Amino acid sequence: MIEFEGVTKRYPDGTVAVEDLSLKVETGRITVFVGPSGCGKTTALRMINRMIQPTSGRILIDGDDVTSRPDADLRRGIGYVIQGAGLFPHRTVLDNVATVPVLQGVSRREARASARELLERVGLSANLGDRYPSQLSGGQQQRVGVARALAADPPVLLMDEPFSAVDPVVRDDLQQELLRLQGDLGKTIVLVTHDIDEAIRLGDKVAVFAQGARLAQYAAPADLLAVPADDFVSSLVGRDRGFRGLGFADGAEIALKPVGHTVDGLTLELDADGRPVGWRGPDGLLPTEGTFSDGANLRTITDLVILSPAGAAVRVDEHGRADGLVLVEDLAGRVRTQQRERLAALTQDQVEEAEAG
Amino acid sequence: MSEIWNYLETNGSSVLTALVQHIWLALLPVAIAFVLALPLGALVHRYLPVRHVALTTGSVVYTVPSLALLLLLPGVLGTSVLDPTNVVIALTLYSLALLVRTTADGLDAVDTTVLQAATAMGYRPLRRWFTVQLPLAMPVVLTGLRVATVANVSMVSVAALIGIGGLGQLFTRGFQLGFYLPPIVIGLVLSVALAVVADVLIVAVQRGITPWARAGGR
Ligand SMILES: Nc1ncnc2c1ncn2[C@@H]1O[C@H](COP(=O)(O)OP(=O)(O)OP(=O)(O)O)[C@@H](O)[C@H]1O
Ligand SMILES: [Mg+2]
Repeated sequence: MIEFEGVTKRYPDGTVAVEDLSLKVETGRITVFVGPSGCGKTTALRMINRMIQPTSGRILIDGDDVTSRPDADLRRGIGYVIQGAGLFPHRTVLDNVATVPVLQGVSRREARASARELLERVGLSANLGDRYPSQLSGGQQQRVGVARALAADPPVLLMDEPFSAVDPVVRDDLQQELLRLQGDLGKTIVLVTHDIDEAIRLGDKVAVFAQGARLAQYAAPADLLAVPADDFVSSLVGRDRGFRGLGFADGAEIALKPVGHTVDGLTLELDADGRPVGWRGPDGLLPTEGTFSDGANLRTITDLVILSPAGAAVRVDEHGRADGLVLVEDLAGRVRTQQRERLAALTQDQVEEAEAG
Repeated sequence: MSEIWNYLETNGSSVLTALVQHIWLALLPVAIAFVLALPLGALVHRYLPVRHVALTTGSVVYTVPSLALLLLLPGVLGTSVLDPTNVVIALTLYSLALLVRTTADGLDAVDTTVLQAATAMGYRPLRRWFTVQLPLAMPVVLTGLRVATVANVSMVSVAALIGIGGLGQLFTRGFQLGFYLPPIVIGLVLSVALAVVADVLIVAVQRGITPWARAGGR
């Protein structure tokens, strides 16, 4: 766990970049700092590995003050992905990745060998290893940046706008890749971005900062969408937050109608194996526009309901056989309960926090 | 042509001595200046007030004519006019003026993101300086070194005017003998050749130690 305790950073010219920040970053999770440019995200991040010294307050990693160790040792134990990759132009890709292990005294040979494996892990072919950074695309450089930060297998990973310099398609790939890696590695990741969609996609928890690193809200992405703390957060989160929030809601608890149910004069037609073929009605066969299976979220189901000519989404089992229908009224019921439960849970949290504090 | 060969045959050893002396007088100051320019360039790069003083001083040094400096130094240092030390010191000053500037320029040109990345990886300052900052400044620093070397090779010839060795002696000999061409031609060819060889060597070293600077070409 990383704890900020009343941390303030005032630069020599008087700019207050971070003011009295208190926040706990959970172990093994992705925590995202999001906010407009200049609000102090980078400053907050860099105080964790002491690239910037706080003016007051302290930061603890697993209970130890970050000032209790020499800076260089502390930093070798914390992965850092800098904005724009910041690779060493005079070293090959392999030597870039091997940087921290070599600093820690691992032999160059050994460090290179594990660097080669790591390249594949972040989705790069190992034969890019002998190139110089200037011979890579922007997306490849970002991946090398991530590999370099992971090379010494640090428990904590700090990432400052790691994907901001690449185009949307590559960014999408890299985000997916990060989630996959995190699924394997379970690092404590603090990621800075100014892109709220990235924050919502990647974060287990999202800290929304306003100017001066004032913490406007610190919550799970679903809660951020459902119940923004104030106008600032709600304008940052943007439009369609209700619909986007459904992406975090499990569709399992929704009431199902049997497959034979007739909806508005339409009946689901199945093939010999029980797989859906289409909706049979007076005008002939209409398409189902897709199906969902166990584990789908409410956003997927809602989308199917909207697209279905019958206003009903078809659920299938693992063999693709239809085993239930979600009707628009059942969906509406679930969505309603969902929002009430969330509000109740948040109020409960606040009560508990007030009692604890 | 045959006159040149004749001259070489009879005066070969003195020509060789002049050449060797020329090499020493030209290259020793570059070497000294290079070693001094690294820390000085670093200071200039780092501290704004130092930059101002250093770069102004450098420009002033560069505007002093070399002959004037060579005649002035013995008075200041208390050395004899014919002492080669004067040449070494004068040329070191010129080289230093140039190299401090290019070293600082080279260091300025290093991407700060890369340096911050190095700090974030856990480099201590000294190691970062020698293994990241300096190598990245090298392309610009070595370009300065080339200019300084070639300039020195030609400036050593001036030293002959006040009677100090080097290939310039061959020119003065030619003039003393009533514009007798062979020594003049030999001196000219050798000093041009020396400049070219030095330049080629530095470029070779540059390519050898900064292969990354030519990679990618973006
Ligand atoms: N070295 C410095 N000296 C003075 N002010 C600084 C310094 N570094 C940052 N600041 C100021 O502190 C504030 C926060 O900067 P910071 O870099 O933390 O913002 P950020 O949220 O990361 O912004 P961005 O999204 O643009 O990267 C800004 O107003 C910035 O101008
Ligand atoms: Mg920033």
